[in-house]
Amino acid sequence: MIEARGLCKSFQDKKRGLIRAVDNVSFTCRPGQIYGLLGANGAGKTTTLRMLATILEPTDGTAILCGHDVIDEPEKVRANVGFLSTATALYPRLTAQEMVEYFGRLNGLDETTLKKRIDEIFNRLDMNSFRDRRCDKLSTGMKQKTSIARTLVHDPPVMIFDEPTLGLDIMTARTITAFIRECRDHGKTVIFSTHIMSEVEKLCDTIGIIQSGKLLTEGTLAELRANHAEQDLEEIFVKVVAPHYLSEGAN
Amino acid sequence: MSLHNIAVVYRKELTEAVRDRRTLISTIVVPLLLFPVMSVGFASVASMLVGRAKEESPKVMILGGGDSPAVVTDLKKIEKIDIVPAADNWKDQVINKEVRAVVDIPQGFESDVARQKEETVKIYIYGGELKSSLAADKIEKHLNEYRDTVVKERLAAKNLPVGVLKPFDVKQQNVAPPEKVGGAAIGGLIGYMVILLCMTGAMYPAMDLTAGEKERGTMETILSSPISRTDLVLGKFSLVLNASLATAALSVTSMGVSFWVADHFHAFDFGDPSDANTLQLKIGLGAALSVFLMAIPIAVLFSAALFTIALFAKTYKEAQSYLTPMTFLIIIPAVAAMLPGIDLTPKLALIPILNVSLLCKELVASTYHWNFIAIIFASTCVYAAAALFIAIKMFQRESVLFRS
Repeated sequence: MIEARGLCKSFQDKKRGLIRAVDNVSFTCRPGQIYGLLGANGAGKTTTLRMLATILEPTDGTAILCGHDVIDEPEKVRANVGFLSTATALYPRLTAQEMVEYFGRLNGLDETTLKKRIDEIFNRLDMNSFRDRRCDKLSTGMKQKTSIARTLVHDPPVMIFDEPTLGLDIMTARTITAFIRECRDHGKTVIFSTHIMSEVEKLCDTIGIIQSGKLLTEGTLAELRANHAEQDLEEIFVKVVAPHYLSEGAN
Repeated sequence: MSLHNIAVVYRKELTEAVRDRRTLISTIVVPLLLFPVMSVGFASVASMLVGRAKEESPKVMILGGGDSPAVVTDLKKIEKIDIVPAADNWKDQVINKEVRAVVDIPQGFESDVARQKEETVKIYIYGGELKSSLAADKIEKHLNEYRDTVVKERLAAKNLPVGVLKPFDVKQQNVAPPEKVGGAAIGGLIGYMVILLCMTGAMYPAMDLTAGEKERGTMETILSSPISRTDLVLGKFSLVLNASLATAALSVTSMGVSFWVADHFHAFDFGDPSDANTLQLKIGLGAALSVFLMAIPIAVLFSAALFTIALFAKTYKEAQSYLTPMTFLIIIPAVAAMLPGIDLTPKLALIPILNVSLLCKELVASTYHWNFIAIIFASTCVYAAAALFIAIKMFQRESVLFRS
């Protein structure tokens, strides 16, 4: 369960002054559901998700994940979260197994549980052939699998994906989307951000459209279609975002 | 703070460090090779060159002296010099190193001496050139002997004893034990080397664990794990400190071994140990150990400082451009301690780096001023703690971790 309550994040920029990257964003994601955060580049998706993962601290507002507050108990929040983005790389000089082990230990797993868990994940993701290969020698697909194994090692109830398919080829991207579905089927709370309409249409139970740090509209695909009198998600997106996009350009 | 978590981070960073060639070279290879090469190599090459220069027969030219045959014949008797015929371009020959020294005997020298008129014999040399001054020294020594004979003859002619001119003798004699003489001579250099190596040992891991992590995109990965940032920074810091200390320990060991070997093969036996001007290069085990102990707080200081600075950088390259000037900042006080005449005072004992460098000079000479040792150890610990505190604080700052 994720509850974002009026999340705000501002940065001080030398040239542009105070920037409100995320402005009063509130939403709820439930277990067994996928929440899709849809937005253009620089809309505030990454900042929002980083605040949920407690990598960044909100300037105002807060979020509750599995009953823990991101500001008061960031370490407990992270223990319940699996965070994956194209920016979360692997340690090149560790082997795939060492990488996953490291994160298992950081999550406080004891050695017996860790070994069992790793065997289970490596079998499930078919990773045994490159278990002892260094991460810098892995193919993109192998790296993605290792990253997935890394996020899953402590079996977190909440999964956060920040543009997980960015820059990946179709086959690798499909591994990721299949994995996201699997997470939902296992009853996890899933939130993911993207700017790819088709991914959202295929995966998401609830969609939130974000622009200029503000959550402009929210609902199931059917609700969005009804509310904005459009069938195509791209058309809905443009209709919702365009006024804000223009006003931002005028500034 | 959890020791378990710090240990987990440390272990992982250690695994990565031993798989990184750059770190291995700067932490292990450089200190192991630098001391033998620098100390023994340099010393033996230097003594070999000086020896060879002494062996060589320098070419010496005599100007004038046509009316002073006795002096000229006497000069020709000097062992291991070649007298070459006088030439008008003698100055060029000296500058071109064809002739090492030119003796200018004034006209009517012998008769002037006989008439007790004051005369000056000039020796033209290439200033600062070792072989030239060695040749001049030989001639001067010989002429001084000649002068002494003249003086003795004159005294004898007037029935005066030699003691009239020399009521007493002055002689310098060394009473310091050999290791103290060596310490005074090379102590500053050893402190400087250890300090510098503490820094180079910490430098690559410090960059790799901060800017390197940002560059490779693993910073976000590690920050998404439940470990607290304090534990993370302490685990990383431990590895940097470990590398710095390993470098210091290896350099002290290799320094000790190379001096022992050199001593064993008498590479540094330049002369009689009781002679004050004899250079002795001997350091004891106790001295090496105390230098290492003093290196610990300085290693903490460097590790924390380099870690903090490198943390600001986004890439390895950027970190390098920040840390290179740091090297100079550290070299200056370390070198200052080598200047002759600078000794520990209570004020200097508070200046970071310089104080340890000065102390090392004393430690190598087996001098233990416990009050200074206490002040320096304590003050360096305070600086180190402050640097570590700043490192931890910086690691909490989003603007530093996600600088764009």
